[in-house]
Amino acid sequence: MSTTIYRHEFLSRLTSVIIWSVAVLAIVVLFFSLFPGFSAQTEVINQMWAKFPPALRAAFNMDKLDITSVLGFYGFLLMFVQLCLAIQAGNYGFGLVSIEENEMTADFLLTKPVSRSQVLISKLLAALSSMFLTTLVAWAGTLIAIALYIGGRTYDRSTLLLLMVSLPIFQLFFLSVGLAVSLIVKRVRSVTPYSLALGFGTYVLAAFSGVLGEVKLELITPFKHFDPAYIVQHGALDTPLVLLNVAVTLIALAVSYWLYIRRDIPAVS
Amino acid sequence: MSVIEVSNLTKYYGKSRGIVDVSFDVKEGEIFGFIGPNGAGKSTTIRLLLSLIHPTSGSAKVFGKDVVTHGTEIRRDIGYLPSEVFYYEGMKVIDLLKYSASFFPADSTQRMRELSDLMELEMNRRISDLSYGNKKKVGIVQGLLHSPKLLFLDEPTSGLDPLMQRKFFDLIRKENARGVTVFFSSHILGEVQRLCNRVGIIREGKIVEISDIRSLQQNNYKKLRVTGEGLKAADFKLAGVTNVQSDNGTTSFFFKGDINAVLKKLSGMKLDDVSIEEPSLEEIFMHYYE
Repeated sequence: MSTTIYRHEFLSRLTSVIIWSVAVLAIVVLFFSLFPGFSAQTEVINQMWAKFPPALRAAFNMDKLDITSVLGFYGFLLMFVQLCLAIQAGNYGFGLVSIEENEMTADFLLTKPVSRSQVLISKLLAALSSMFLTTLVAWAGTLIAIALYIGGRTYDRSTLLLLMVSLPIFQLFFLSVGLAVSLIVKRVRSVTPYSLALGFGTYVLAAFSGVLGEVKLELITPFKHFDPAYIVQHGALDTPLVLLNVAVTLIALAVSYWLYIRRDIPAVS
Repeated sequence: MSVIEVSNLTKYYGKSRGIVDVSFDVKEGEIFGFIGPNGAGKSTTIRLLLSLIHPTSGSAKVFGKDVVTHGTEIRRDIGYLPSEVFYYEGMKVIDLLKYSASFFPADSTQRMRELSDLMELEMNRRISDLSYGNKKKVGIVQGLLHSPKLLFLDEPTSGLDPLMQRKFFDLIRKENARGVTVFFSSHILGEVQRLCNRVGIIREGKIVEISDIRSLQQNNYKKLRVTGEGLKAADFKLAGVTNVQSDNGTTSFFFKGDINAVLKKLSGMKLDDVSIEEPSLEEIFMHYYE
């Protein structure tokens, strides 16, 4: 690894990390501040939800989650946190090498005495640090929000821990798949459309998988691999799906490495 | 000793041609000119030598090491100035230069200062605020600051004003005098002629000629211009004469062959004036492209 590249890469993402962290923190804390209202009027809330069409309830996991409980509510808001983290991780993954190639600074970097694998590993570690910094903020936000707003209600601590720990594995999927795709397609000209498509696409697939019932869409979307509703209901991860998720991540990383070592850096044209 | 040895190097981008079967050597301490029109494969060759791209077939060695397997080591002693310079837009010049220097073990603060003073580069401006010519200066400083043993210059003078070009050439000559080998790619023949010892001419991905600049000029063609009353283009029908142009009593043409034949011919004419010149590289070059 090259500390020089790591430092440069990390600093170049600092603003982005701060913005995403603030956004995630706001979602967790502001969302949770509504919890006392929900939990105080259990009956009314449940009646209101019952009136919604079943498909809509399924899409938001409301058929499985009791949002008047601490973990049910947290599981519900975690979907939105996941969406943010997915887009952020996708941004970093798709942009990891493509931004440098688009802005033509790849020539500068790769004519220095560093090997391709040093470049890729340093960049990856920098992106991981940036990404997990946001995760740390999300975790901190969770603990703060729970301390502030649950008002003496109890919850299962180990399930909360599982929900929190699932986040980084979930993010890693988007980072590595984004990176692999950016190296497989000829050229990524702009990162955001790709990361939005991957993030929202897999999110919508997960939502539809709930609506359509027994369709096997959950096999491909990380939003199902780490479905907060499943974790809250079972107090455990869906092991086969999590293993599938980790396998895809590892394959994507291996493919990316293989492709990047052999890559022809495009010239100005 | 050869600093660069290229043998049968071929690069295809999918189906489109980069370079085909290119072979040449660059000796230690020489300034090797690499000339050809746009799209001939000059940049492809340089990018292969820097292992930015990988060869389809053939091989290349720099400092006696294979560029594919030993790229990292090789690049320790290489400086590269690309034809189009692009740097991290948000950075300041000084930070970019420091970032560049941090890849090399030696402390190059002193040299960075000298080079940027020489090139009149303002260190505290942002890259995004720089004009094209000023970015080029950043490129020159960052390509030289680690005192490389081999310099790749890919059309280096575009965007530099004539004064800066001269300073730049002086700088390159000074580096060369210290023993630095220079690989200089250009399509501007004047500057190649001024600077280089040897040239390789590349056309449509293939090397068409590798030669000493001097012998390229001497052994090939003479440019003759004769003035005299009543001279016609037809008077110079002779083996080895080409490019005959007649204008207002003055006839000029290229001649290749035994110079005595032409002198014998001229001695039988009544002339007002005659000149025999070396053709410029430009004129020789055009010949390769006809």
